[in-house]
This record gives sequence, C-alpha cells and structure tokens, in this order.
Amino acid sequence: MNDFTYYRARELNEAVHGKTQKPGTRFIAGGTNLLDLLKEGAECAEHLIDLNLLPLKSIEPLEDGGLRLGALATNAETAYHPEVQRRYPMLSQAILAGASAQLRNMATNAGNLLQRTRCYYFYDVGTACNKRAPGSGCGAIGGVNRIHAILGTSEKCIAVHPSDMSVALAALDAVVQVHGTRGSRSIRIADFHRLPGDEPERDTTLGEDEIITSIDLPANGFPAHSVYVKARERNSYAFALVSAAVAVDVHEGVIREARIALGGVAHKPWRRTSAEESLRGSTGTHEDFQRAADLLLEGARGYGENDFKIGLAKRIILRGFEDALKKEVHV
Amino acid sequence: MTTPYVGRPTNRVDGIAKVTGRAKYAAEIPAEDLAYGVVVSSSVAKGQIKSIDTSRALAVSGVLQVLTHENRPHLAWFNRKYKDDDAPPGHHFRPLGDDQVRYSGQPVALVVAETFEAARCAARLVKVEYNSVAPETNLDEHLDRAYEPKRTKPGFEKPKARGDAHEALSRAPIKMSADYIAPAEHHNPMEMHASTVIWEGDGKLTIYDKTQSVLNSKQYVCNVFGLKEDDVQVMAPYVGGAFGSGLRPQYQLPLAVMASLILERSVRVVLSRQQMFTFGHRPNTKQSVQLGAEEDGALKSIIHESFAETSKFEDYTEVVVNWSGLAYKCDDVHLDYKLVPLDLATPTDMRAPGAAYGMYALESAMDELAAELKMDPLDLRLRNYVDVDQNHLGRKFSSKELRACYEQGAEKFGWSRRNPEPGSMRDGKKLIGWGMATGLWDAYQSSCSAKASFNVDGTVTVSCAITDIGTGTYTIMAQIGADAFGLPIEKVKVRLGDSTLPQAPLQGGSWTAASVGTALAAACEKVKRKIFDLAKKNASDLFAGQKVDKIAFKDGFICVKGDDSRGMEVARLLEFEGQESIEESASKKPNLLKQGIFGRNTHSAVFVEVKVDEDTGMTEVSRVVSAVAAGRILNPKTARSQILGGVVWGVGMALHEGSFLDHRIGRFMNHNYAEYHVPVAKDVDQIDVIFVPEEDGIVNPLGVKGLGEIGIVGTAAAVANAIHHATGRRVRDLPITPDKILGLS
Repeated sequence: MNDFTYYRARELNEAVHGKTQKPGTRFIAGGTNLLDLLKEGAECAEHLIDLNLLPLKSIEPLEDGGLRLGALATNAETAYHPEVQRRYPMLSQAILAGASAQLRNMATNAGNLLQRTRCYYFYDVGTACNKRAPGSGCGAIGGVNRIHAILGTSEKCIAVHPSDMSVALAALDAVVQVHGTRGSRSIRIADFHRLPGDEPERDTTLGEDEIITSIDLPANGFPAHSVYVKARERNSYAFALVSAAVAVDVHEGVIREARIALGGVAHKPWRRTSAEESLRGSTGTHEDFQRAADLLLEGARGYGENDFKIGLAKRIILRGFEDALKKEVHV
Repeated sequence: MTTPYVGRPTNRVDGIAKVTGRAKYAAEIPAEDLAYGVVVSSSVAKGQIKSIDTSRALAVSGVLQVLTHENRPHLAWFNRKYKDDDAPPGHHFRPLGDDQVRYSGQPVALVVAETFEAARCAARLVKVEYNSVAPETNLDEHLDRAYEPKRTKPGFEKPKARGDAHEALSRAPIKMSADYIAPAEHHNPMEMHASTVIWEGDGKLTIYDKTQSVLNSKQYVCNVFGLKEDDVQVMAPYVGGAFGSGLRPQYQLPLAVMASLILERSVRVVLSRQQMFTFGHRPNTKQSVQLGAEEDGALKSIIHESFAETSKFEDYTEVVVNWSGLAYKCDDVHLDYKLVPLDLATPTDMRAPGAAYGMYALESAMDELAAELKMDPLDLRLRNYVDVDQNHLGRKFSSKELRACYEQGAEKFGWSRRNPEPGSMRDGKKLIGWGMATGLWDAYQSSCSAKASFNVDGTVTVSCAITDIGTGTYTIMAQIGADAFGLPIEKVKVRLGDSTLPQAPLQGGSWTAASVGTALAAACEKVKRKIFDLAKKNASDLFAGQKVDKIAFKDGFICVKGDDSRGMEVARLLEFEGQESIEESASKKPNLLKQGIFGRNTHSAVFVEVKVDEDTGMTEVSRVVSAVAAGRILNPKTARSQILGGVVWGVGMALHEGSFLDHRIGRFMNHNYAEYHVPVAKDVDQIDVIFVPEEDGIVNPLGVKGLGEIGIVGTAAAVANAIHHATGRRVRDLPITPDKILGLS
C-alpha cells in the first residue's frame, strides 16, 4: 500500500470529473474490498475519492412499478428493506448469503457489483495474474483452481465474479444506472459484467469516468416462486462454489417464464436464453429441468481441481427449481 | 469465608482487561521513538538470491534501513546458537542468514521506517532477483525418498512393533485397509506474530514478543546476537492464541532485534496475515491403516504407517502412529513413521501434534472395521478396551476413566438409539448421521518454578515465567494462590509472561496447569511455613507446640485449624516485623521414578451428529458430546472453554481447514482468512462437554492431566464417521468438502 490523497466528494459531477483529472484515482465507498486490495498491493491508488456523502443511499419505488436501489445503500439495508423482502425475496436471500454481517453493514450495492475476484493469484503479488498484471500469465490455469470458472473462460483468465447479489440481479434483469462526464446512461445487468476474453483486467463495461448511481429492479420480482441456492464450504462467510438464482412464473401448472443465473462458475453471473426458453410452456418435470441445466452448462469445462463444479452446478440448478416451485403461491 | 476456588467454575481474572482492550499484546505495546519493520517475503520457493535492489525502497520518505543478507549485522556462526527449546534436529533456519531461498515466503529483507505505512509501501519496492530452481513440495510424488528420522526431538518416541502384525492380519477373518490423507494446516491464531523491541540504551533490550515461552525467546535472542543474559528481558503478558505457532521463536523476533541493535532504537515488526502462512504448520500427512479382527470384534492386528512432510533442513517429528499401539488391546502391532523432506518451512507443533492426524486415521479405520463386522462402533471399542499400556510392556495407567467417558457420552448423546444402517435417518433434504471416536493425549508434567509472596497490604502475588496463551493460566494461578491463603481471588495478583520470573517450560503439550500448578502450590506452602514461623515467634501463646499441618489460613489470618476464632492477621505480622512481604520460590520436577512405571494419558469419547444436504453436500455439525477424563479439573469454566475450542478445531479439521499448495511454485495459495476456512459461528451448534470424575495420585501432586489438546483429538474422525453414517460415503481425504461428499471430486 502506498500513500494516497483522500478527498470526499459532495456532488456527483465533482466526483466523476475528479476521477478523470488525475490518473491513479479510485472511488471508495464501503471499502470492504478496495482496502484489502490496496493493503495486499493487488491494486494501487494515488488518489481516493470518497463517495459516501453523495445522495445515493435511498431505496425508493420507480414509476414503472420497479424499485430503485441506491448505489450507496448498504447490502444490509437493502437485504432487510421491507419492499425488497416482500417483492424480491430472492435478492434478499442472495445478499444475506454473501460475506458476513459486519461486511454487509459496510458494503454498498454498487461496491458489491464492482468487487474483484477472489482468485488466489489475483491477490498474491508474488504470482502471475493477467487480471492484476496484464501479460504476466494466469497462475490459476494449472494451479490451485478449486474456486475457479467452468464457463466463459479464456486462456488469459479463469477467475469468477464473487458476488451473490449480482447473480440475483442478473436473474431479475436489473438495470444499472450510471453517470459519467458525458452524462447518464443505463446498462442492462447482463451487459454490465463481462467475460475475460483478451482483457481480463476489465471486469465490467463501466467507463473509467462513470459512477453507478442506482440499480433498478423491474416490477416483477417473482416473489411467489424464486430462490437463491448456494453451495459453499462452510455455512457462512464463504464464497459460492456454485450458486443459483432461480425464478419461475407458473400459471395453472405450466411455466410461463423461467429465469436462472449461476454464480461461482464464470467471470459474470451466468445466464443463457436457450436454457430459460426451453422451459417456457413446460410443466416442469425433472427431465425438463435437467434439459435446461444441460443447456445452461453446455460447453462447461473444468481446469482440474474445479472439475466438480460441473456436476455440482447441475445439482444446484435442479435444487433451485425444486425449491422455487415448492414455495406456496402468494395470493 | 471463601470456599475453595480450585474445582469451582471461576471467571477469568484477565477477562475484563481483555474485553475492554486494556490487555496489551505484543504489537500494541507503546514505545517512544518507535520504528516499524515490514518483512519482504520471497516469491520463489527455492534458489538463490541473485540481487536485491533496495534503492527505490530507501527513497521512500521515512525509510531508515533495508536489512538483507548482504548488510545484516554479524550473527552467530554455530548452528547450535539457533537451536531453541522446540527446535527439531537439523540445520536451523537463519533469517537473512545467506542468499539461499529454502521455501516460499521466506523473509529476504526487512524494511524499517519511521511509520508502519512508509515501511509497508517501501517493502513493495524492494526488487529481488532470484536464480530459482523448481521446488519439490508434493508429498505424494516424493514418498520414495522417505526416511526414518535418525535424530528426533526430546519427547518423541519411535514407534515400536510387537508380535507379527502382518502374519496376524493374514489370518484375521475380518479386515479393513485404507489410506487417509490430511493436508498441511496453519495455526492461524487471531493475533499475528509480532515483536516490539524496546531499546533501553547501552545495548539493553526489553522485548514484547508473541510467544509460548519468554525464556525460549530470550535464550534465542541472546544466542543469535551474542547478548548478555542481563541485557535482555522478554515479556508476553498476553498472547492472542498460538496453538503451537509460538513454541519456536518466529522470524519477526530476530529481525526486530537486528533492526533495533543497528538503529539503536525501538523497533516493532508485525507479520501480516499472509505471512502467517510462511513458517511452521501442521504437516501434510499420508497414513495407511490395516486392521484385522475376529468375528466377535477382537482386534488381532493393527498396522499403521505414516508419511509426513518435513523441511529439507530440519527433521520435524511428531507422534502420529504410536497411539495405535496404545488405544486398544492388540498383541500384534506394526507401526511405521517416515519423513519426506520438501522445499517447505519446517512444520511446527500444532494443537495435539501427531495425535490429531494419527487418531483421525485410527478412529476412522475403527469405524470402517465396525462396518465390516456389522458391529456397533462403540461396542467394537468396548470389546477391545485395554487397561494396560501395551506400548510399554504392559505398564498400568495412572488412571483411565475412558469407559466412563464412553458410557456417559453415549447416554447424553442417545447413542443406543442409533440405527446402524447408513442413510437411515433424514430430515427433508438433510441426511442425518451419528458417529463417534476415541480421543487420547499424554498427561505430562514439566520442570517448573514459581514464586509466591504474601504482601504487607494483605494481598498475595503469585508469579511464574509461563505464558497464558488464552488457556486460563492467569486464572488457575489466582485460584491456587487464593486457596492456599484462604483469600478472595481479588486479593491475588498474578504475574506471568516475563523472563525475569521463575523458570517455566514452553506452554504446550497440555502440561501447563500440572507443571505451574504443582510448583506454585509448593511455593505457597513454603510461604505459609515461613509465616507460621513468624507467627510462632510473635504469638507463642496461640501457636506454641503446633505443627504446620495444624495451621490454617483464612481471610488474611493465620490460625489453628478448627479454631478460627483466634488468629493473627498476617499483614499485621509483617508490619510488626517490618517486612514488605514474605516471598518464597519453589521448583518442582516430575517424579519420574514414581510416574515412569505408569502410562499417563487423558482420554475422551466424542459423539457427533451431522446433517448433510444431499444436493449441496454441505454439512452441519448439529450436536457434539465430548466426554473427557483428564484427572482433576481446576476450573470447570475455563476447562469447558478449552474443550469447546478443541472440538471446534476438530470440526474445522474435518470439514474446512487446509493450506493448498501450488506445487509448480511451492507456495501456499489460500493464505488469508477468507480462503483458509475455519469454522464460523454458523458452523458450530450444540456442544456438550462432560468431565468424567477421575482421581489420579500419580501424574503430579495436583492430579491434573491437562486439557489443551484432548478436545480436538478424535473429533475429526467422529465427524467423518458421522458423515459416512449419514451418506454411506467414506471420505478419507481431509477436509471433507461438499464435492467430496457428493462424489464429484
């Protein structure tokens, strides 16, 4: 960790312009990830702009019936918000499945989306990592890779995105609202995180000068039939080996719409239209879900220690649909 | 009138200081003009340092010095100077000793600066070039070079065979054979290793060290730096857990001393969490167990062989397989223990060293044998119950209430209701399993001295150089002092963790209470005798013709037993005599002639219930009953805490813990609390601790056997056995993670 300047922004434009003025500037909000990264030398910052004074903390209804989650609302505030719990229970579950109570009290919603991978090599500056030091190689390929990706990998990087919240947001089709020097724009959550490809150092499509202002949830939160299932190595405070956010809309025994996003398997929450479409109009038999699972996992490959994730993902998908459908329908 | 404290649940006397932050640890001790050192760790595992460029680091504002093997001060030449009280035989590691890299993460430089922040920043800028060589760190790949250690640590006993186990096995109608693998584990105490070296001027140092022996640290520093005994004082008033990691002086200590001597100022070096993975650890171990039995369960053959890693410069040994010759009645036993040298730091004793892994293998194997026999696992153990120590020519045990542990533990747990069929119990998606295992550890006593002092203000001071690594040593010393003089515990002041105090052993092996307690009780007796002499002189009417054994101490008074209406206030007596205090020391050695003809062990029976999710493979340990026979329990409250901690470790050993190596670079990769998993609160549910009454007049005068290790021993096997009972799957490779339970890895 090196010396850095520290500044508290009071207005949004002040923050985004401040970021572009000096190279080596980073935003900080909850700091639950960035401070670790700075201490371990995995990231460097010359200047920190603290965003916590910006008015981005509220959780409020949207005109289209959706719900706006302020970028600076904490994970805990969001998970325990009555509207989130009532209308988006899967999201609440996902947030509470992540980290620890102390971290959720500090971590913000935008920060959750922007957290970096937990890849061992990314954190250890004594090793090779294309994400941390582009061109240095990928230590995880052929190395200790039990927690790594099985889908959407590249020869440059097999890291996974560690967020639980993002997986539920992906299944919900949330929209990320951002603001930069050139104004505001909306990014579909599906387009927000990216696959590693040739640029594993880039986790998201967020511009250098942009700030997340809110995460907007659509009106349908699938409260009746949705669930977040997470397999991990201990019962709290462990990242997902595999997780699934599953939401189903059932009418008279027939699936009208199904959503499924996986965590712990790729560089971004993993969704595939083909898998979800295959369930439309089905009655949701075990075979239907198995077919959907196969479609969702098509092309999955292990890297040795994480081979088990393919089989585990299948189980988690089936369990997710089973649990989602088991729930009683709210009237 | 106070009732005796010994035997009564007593709150920690240091509890309030700890929870209010008043207790200061090695990294928190304030010092004037303090400089801060940050260690630069090697990124390669093996090779030679080609060059170290410190120019950029030195250019950072506030940086005072960058110490490397090239510019360090003169250090002792002879290997023996680096030997410490827990050192295994070999060529001991010398921090910044030369240009050779022996393991990944080895310290290669120390950056010292005016602030911690400057030192940390500059540490990143030290550029080290290596001529690196491919390291050898894979135990499994190098079994061919395994050897029997020729020289071992004191206390290590080579395993001995008896009878002809292979022949007996071939004749046994029922048998089992399996390999059990356990990973390297790191101690991970909450407090990172730290040393604050206070420069007192004229080469005198007061050192606050995170250690399990201030005397060991002191001797090491004096030897390595050629300092005079009188010039070095080492203190460790509080230690935030150690579990064995503080038995040997760790490298932050000599590095901090080195910097302090060169700069002639106070220096603090604190390791990072990541650096806590760059010294001793529990060694990766591969064990094979074969058991043969008659149809009725009588054991006919036990074969237990183990391979364990050591470094290439020291032979670290621990007792892994001997337990298999001790636990059950069996005349034909073959035990074998070999070391495999790897390019890793030397392993270090970690809670129940040897027994934790050895008993995991034996007790898993016993469960497998019970399944082969279609016999209840507890019945199998009772069928082979043994009352003599067959490892040592059938000597008797000083005491062994293991049978009562089995009975009381089983009763509390409800073991008799167990359906033997795996997978026979479920709760929705959760498969329920019950498993059990036996625990064993040694009951040691070490040579120790202690001091007691009755002060003119009516208080008592008890002291010893021993540390309190969180076990409750402060409290039992206070209890013993309070009882000796019939005082309320608040009147007893405890001093420990200071190298100027009377000699104490390393705090390990579960021998602290027995060793310190015995010495302290003797010191108190000497003080009482002296007070009695004074009392006789000053109040001959009261005490004339009385013998010391007829004398009692109560609430600060000395009186004749049975007549406490008349007595003399000891403080007044001292005042009258013009004495500040009456102080006596006592040294106590174990009575080897008396003890040696007996086997001396603690025992336990552990019963575990698990719930395994059949889809996710995640395990909850919903119930544990640990029934322990450990002689006299001095403080049931801190004793229970010891067992709870041990049981949680056992759960972690079974399900969570493991340091994972990238063999290409010889480096432990999950070196942080997020990825090195230990149980969290949600992994711990109901734990019942039973202390089975056990009288023992042999082990030491107090009848205390110690509790630091026994809680962990057997627990991992009981969890693994319960998982088998729940799922029908036998995982023989720790930790038992969801993928292994589901058969996916």
